Amino acid sequence: MELQEFITNFASQFEETDPSVFTKDTIFKDLDEWSSLLALSVSAMAEEEYGVSFKGDDIRNASTVEDLYMILKNKL
Amino acid sequence: MYNPFSLSGKTILVTGASSGIGKATAIECSKLGANVIITGRSRERLNETFSELESEGHTQVIADLCETNSLQKLVSEIKSIDGIVHSAGITKNIPFQFATIDKLSEVMNLNFFAPTELTRLLVKSKKINKGGSIVFISSVSGVLCSAPASSVYSASKGALNGLIKGIALDLAPRGIRVNSVIPGVVETNIFEDGVISEEQLEENKRMYPLKRFGKPNEIAHGVIYLLSDASAWVTGSNLLIDGGLTLQ
Repeated sequence: MELQEFITNFASQFEETDPSVFTKDTIFKDLDEWSSLLALSVSAMAEEEYGVSFKGDDIRNASTVEDLYMILKNKL
Repeated sequence: MYNPFSLSGKTILVTGASSGIGKATAIECSKLGANVIITGRSRERLNETFSELESEGHTQVIADLCETNSLQKLVSEIKSIDGIVHSAGITKNIPFQFATIDKLSEVMNLNFFAPTELTRLLVKSKKINKGGSIVFISSVSGVLCSAPASSVYSASKGALNGLIKGIALDLAPRGIRVNSVIPGVVETNIFEDGVISEEQLEENKRMYPLKRFGKPNEIAHGVIYLLSDASAWVTGSNLLIDGGLTLQ
């Protein structure tokens, strides 16, 4: 798993936010579109793509997309 | 002492008895005089429930209701019963675009196919006594409303809702009643492994006019009404216990 690929997969969960907005440093909870449903989508994406799922606290403890990537990487 | 909700002399099968609503229901049934047959997958946790049952004469059977052999073994160990409480079930929070047939099957197998088949086998082998009562733990979700990422769970409970009405008609000539309880969110460990955060749960609680989730006992008491002779003229119904959630 690579960071860039994860960022692309992460970005594709969003409908309104342009994919170009997303970098490893994006503070995703500040995005207008962020919601609890999106958190579930991100978790389901992780399960589908990488075979591991996030817990509620994992997403809460992450600030940037890279934070989340590191949490996921530690679960692999 | 006068008690129209007494379960004295009745034998009640409770599935999913190792935790949550099933556990509370099994314990409350025993307190109201029933002989209880409890079943669950985890030996350790089922034993915990068993040790909390009041008085003697109860039975525990380890069973995985999704496995045909296990299901048949459970049915073969039952002689005759007066009530069934189907409380084995899982929740699943998954946005619809990820709801593959695999995910759907996992939920439908436990929430819909397993209780359906268990009921069918017990009916076919004539092990449910006349005057018996079958209670499904369903949900407001899928019957009256749904929630974000709940399509799969709602579908399983919606399927039960239709099933219950059909079975109620088919079993009425045998004097067997079939009903469901439809709770709002109940505080059980069903959420412990979930992706839902504490903050989100607190926010959800505020949606309830009574400002909290239900307690397992509060659902168990509705189940007991439906098991007892107090509800002798009630069949095919959904008993709503939701803290006012679906009022608005």
